[in-house]
Amino acid sequence: MSAQPVIEIEHLAMRFGATVIHDDINLTINRGEVFAIAGESGCGKSTLLRQIVMLTPFNAGRIRLLGEDIACIGEAAAKRLRQRCAIMFQGGALFSGLTVAENVALPLREHTNLSATEITELAQIKIALAGLPADAANKYPRELSGGLKKRAALARAIALDPEILFLDEPSAGLDPLAASALDELVLQLQASLRLTVVIVTHDLDLLWRVCDRVAILGEKRVLAVGTMAELAASPHPLVHEYFYGPRGRVAKEQYGS
Amino acid sequence: MPELNPLSAGASVALQEAGHRLVCSGDWSVQGISGFRMRLDQLAWPKAGALVIDFSKVVHLDTAGVWTLHHLRQARQAQGLQVQLEGMRPEHDALLRLVEARAPQMPMIGRQVPRQSGLQWLGQKGWHGVEQTQGMLHFIGENVVALLRALRQPTHLRFRHILSNVQQAGFDAIPIVGLLSFLVGMVVAFQGAVQLSRFGANIFIADLVGLSMLRELAPMMVAVIVAGRSGSAYAAQIGTMKVSEEIDALRGMGISPMELLVLPKLLAMLIVLPLLTVYADFLSVIGGMVVANGQLHVDAYAFLDRFDDAVKPATFLFGVGKAPVFAVIITLVGCYSGFQAQGSADSVGRQTTTSVVQSIFLIIIADAIFAIASSLLNTVFK
Repeated sequence: MSAQPVIEIEHLAMRFGATVIHDDINLTINRGEVFAIAGESGCGKSTLLRQIVMLTPFNAGRIRLLGEDIACIGEAAAKRLRQRCAIMFQGGALFSGLTVAENVALPLREHTNLSATEITELAQIKIALAGLPADAANKYPRELSGGLKKRAALARAIALDPEILFLDEPSAGLDPLAASALDELVLQLQASLRLTVVIVTHDLDLLWRVCDRVAILGEKRVLAVGTMAELAASPHPLVHEYFYGPRGRVAKEQYGS
Repeated sequence: MPELNPLSAGASVALQEAGHRLVCSGDWSVQGISGFRMRLDQLAWPKAGALVIDFSKVVHLDTAGVWTLHHLRQARQAQGLQVQLEGMRPEHDALLRLVEARAPQMPMIGRQVPRQSGLQWLGQKGWHGVEQTQGMLHFIGENVVALLRALRQPTHLRFRHILSNVQQAGFDAIPIVGLLSFLVGMVVAFQGAVQLSRFGANIFIADLVGLSMLRELAPMMVAVIVAGRSGSAYAAQIGTMKVSEEIDALRGMGISPMELLVLPKLLAMLIVLPLLTVYADFLSVIGGMVVANGQLHVDAYAFLDRFDDAVKPATFLFGVGKAPVFAVIITLVGCYSGFQAQGSADSVGRQTTTSVVQSIFLIIIADAIFAIASSLLNTVFK
């Protein structure tokens, strides 16, 4: 199967006033891969993610999402495109006035013509897929722990069976067991739904375990792209530092060989 | 390889071999299967025997499609057919297995809302009212303690916060308060002008405008405007901080939220509201003078001459004296409502509404108490 690009970013540039966030970013993400965007805090990872999903505008360059140039598409096309992508935000961003089940059912209610029974059943199956305990479905987000909120956010993100799933810091704030359970879940979903998953993270375990390819952002550009093994051999000093810092070394020894 | 945009054609099926073979095709996705399950149930299924579901022509399949398939298989098995799947692609098979493995963990959805009798409802409402009053008293107490502590150590008074609150609640409200009181002054004068000119009592326009505005209307109007402008802002600010755990963060650092958030607002409001009332008094009388000049031919000199006789300092002070009471009501109700917010964005919205409704309600009650008290005092001391 030849690589089919779903996201193509060319010469992307972005600045807030005098602060340059991105200066000439080039990336291609292919269908079906688990792609991670890594880099130190404040390097513009999350901004890049928000730009791809049309939440933040950019100054120059081009982003093609599922074959469409997002800088010059109409309202209706953007809406269709948004239904084919889903985002799991860092804090979950669950609607605080709705229960978990209602949160998951909301996109189904808004964007499909399914019957109420089918919507309820689909919401149930998504909640089960996300690994939430049965009693969490009828709770409000404020009654859930951080890990369960993340799972609920994931359940909502996969409600419409998107083609691309964007995860912003999926493992942040989770205990190691919950984080690895979430990794497994993402892998399972990715394999069976043939999702493209784009992860923004700086969790080295996650990078090693889950991701097919990784882009390291730094100095306002993409420093390196490749598999973890390739990146670990990269001569670039910042990439090197990323992998051979104390935590990087432990993760590399564990998964790299 | 599925097409890039598989949303176009829906799912479809054809029943072949006298109903013993179901050929599935098209897009079995969440967009493609709407209304599909009902059509499936209406097909002419055989009474017994084997059923082969041929899935090889399906272009696209997602969890919604798989769930429909699962449902289809279960329903036919329940009818007594031996169901067999054929032509599943490996990834489709994996998805089906994943969904079926998780299906037993599907949660029940829906909260049971217990039915209430009228008596229960009344009791709950009443108890809620008692709790609210108790909470408000507790809140006032906490603030008094914080105020006393701050007075003992004036460094805890946070002058910078007080000044910025003075600016937001007072200075920034000057245009709207000015315009509205000017207009209300004019309206009162207009209404009076018609009646007074019938009796040739034109000059008493000064009494009408002066007494009604200075005693009653200006203080109450200013209080209502400020409750809408600042009281709601206090509730929304503190409510949002409560929901995002910022209040807990303050408590955790050993900083009293009362001292940091409520006291500066309270002190600022105590400074600002009397000043705004004086300002509103002034502009409403000007508004009255403009109308007196235009409608009743009472010029400014005559108006002011009469005004001086009609309005005693006591009248003016009575009006301005209400302002601090209103200030306390607006701030405490606004802040208390904010602290009552819990958990969701909805609750912040509800509490903001409550703060405005309750503070305006209490302002009018307080105003009525002032009016009754003053009339009682007048009869007693004369």
